[in-house]
Amino acid sequence: MTLDRRSFLKLLAAGAGAAGLPMIGNAAEIMPKKGRRVIVIGGGYGGSIAAKYIRMQDKTIEVVLIERNKQYISCPFSNHLLAGYIKDLSSLTIGYDKLAKNHGIKMVYDEVTAIDPAAKTVVTKGGTLSYDKLVVSPGIDFRTEEIEGYDDKTADIMPHAWKAGPQTILLRKQLESMADGGTVILTAPLAPFRCPPGPYERVAMVADYLKKNKPKSKVILLDANPDIVSKPTLFKKGWEMYAGLVEYRPAAKVTGVNTAAMSVTVEGIDEVKGNVINLVPAQRATALVGSAGLIGEDKKWCTVNPTTFESTLHKDVYVIGDSSNAGAMPKSGYSANSEGKICATNIVAAMNGKELIEMSGINTCYSFLSHDEAISVAGIYAVKDGKIVGVPNSGGISKLDYSDAKLEAKYANSWLKNILTEMSS
Amino acid sequence: MSKKWSTLAIALGALAMSSATFAAPSPEMLANACAGCHGTNGGSAGDTMPSLAAQSEAAFVDAMMKFKSGERSSTIMGRLAKGYSDADIKAMAGFFGKQKLHIANQMVDKKKVALGAKLQEKNCSRCHLEEGKEGKDDTPVMAAQWLPYMQIQMELYASGARKMPDKMAEKVKALSKDELDALNHFYAAKK
Repeated sequence: MTLDRRSFLKLLAAGAGAAGLPMIGNAAEIMPKKGRRVIVIGGGYGGSIAAKYIRMQDKTIEVVLIERNKQYISCPFSNHLLAGYIKDLSSLTIGYDKLAKNHGIKMVYDEVTAIDPAAKTVVTKGGTLSYDKLVVSPGIDFRTEEIEGYDDKTADIMPHAWKAGPQTILLRKQLESMADGGTVILTAPLAPFRCPPGPYERVAMVADYLKKNKPKSKVILLDANPDIVSKPTLFKKGWEMYAGLVEYRPAAKVTGVNTAAMSVTVEGIDEVKGNVINLVPAQRATALVGSAGLIGEDKKWCTVNPTTFESTLHKDVYVIGDSSNAGAMPKSGYSANSEGKICATNIVAAMNGKELIEMSGINTCYSFLSHDEAISVAGIYAVKDGKIVGVPNSGGISKLDYSDAKLEAKYANSWLKNILTEMSS
Repeated sequence: MSKKWSTLAIALGALAMSSATFAAPSPEMLANACAGCHGTNGGSAGDTMPSLAAQSEAAFVDAMMKFKSGERSSTIMGRLAKGYSDADIKAMAGFFGKQKLHIANQMVDKKKVALGAKLQEKNCSRCHLEEGKEGKDDTPVMAAQWLPYMQIQMELYASGARKMPDKMAEKVKALSKDELDALNHFYAAKK
């Protein structure tokens, strides 16, 4: 696809808005490209897998993985820290040494500041790199501008804890220092957001902590959505074990915030106070892919070819994971893993002049209700009429009678072990 | 974007979409998606999740078809298996069947392994060939499988949640709980 008029205008606008960023072409080239090269930006659930599976399928393609941090902390299972099932995030932390060594992936630990799809270069703080194909798996940014009063300091007082790491630890510390009898406010933004079952699992995790440690307290979930977004029947039943501790308020979108008063405004009217407030803003694809002109007409997510995950706006750029609009595939870690493989397989096919391959994807998400009980949702995905859809008569949620919850918790623990091992070796 | 431009873009997009042809999902495309739970190339790193690497193709197909029909009870596998055609399942079986046996890094009890060796020879070896390294018809490869996974399966057999083949049920009836666990340790220790 050649640059259409709109993309061209976007590129111009991005260029104008990017004053102060390193100028494309001026920064020194790092690792001059010799043979065929794919650059992957982001070493999370999607990017690490795309990099690995390209190398597994074709060792003659050079793969450079650019990641800001030397270690990655998994968002899945990070709610366990809030419950106290884990004491720190070490079991959720992986490095890239084994992955790089096992598969010959070249790691660049640096921050990407710009992508130039026309020149096929990526600009980092350290210089520029050229690519033949680019995979971007950047995660999410927050639409904080939609919450009145939200500023640079808000997340230090009302953590989102929606990117695992210091934010998760901060929220846990706030729960620990809260007096018994306090109110914990959790919030869920309008869908689609990263990890659809996440807010509802978090309710159970916080409630479990309160039940054991601060039984006079309560947890309120202010949900911007009209009902629980994922596994509603299962979550409602699961929360029954925390009766008296949990209050669920649907259609309660947070529209404003007052950190001094420790309160949030709901639907522009109600003022709700909390001793601990976990404010999760609505989300979009990251600013990086936005400035590269990869975000679609909804101004939120990247539009991609559903079979290959190649951007519909820029040739040779692929967007996977939470930033892309993958139709029926949810914004989950497992989806990103699956998308990374689909994208890798079709990149290898395309670079070798072979026919592209129909995608077949899976999502599997487990959510815990207590330390040894979990529920799941699963799906198989294929493309129909140009869209990713769930394969009819497949997928779905756990048994409603909870009879499998203990077994599913055991499987969930192996889910984590396997998916993190896939990413790190 | 003006309306004229957007109409043109949509028309071009539709054209590109309808003219694109793709090869049917390859065995790799299908099987790689399983690896998030079952490990890269079917070598599981999670002790409750079975490795699929080097599994007998017939046993893999048999298990998936039973998950699909509901004949074999499951938590999540039935929901997943329903998303695949019989041909897809066969393709995945071929992919996992040709992978190298995955040796799980696990602790086993030496005494139990020794007892299990005797019991296997006497009771199981006619179907679980080569000390569990080979499948026969729909009998799965057991060698090097995760111990906790096999223990869960034995519990499911005991509770009736999973149905044993008649020949196996006959043998298992005569064995104690400790003897069955010794068999699990024996298979887990095989390399």
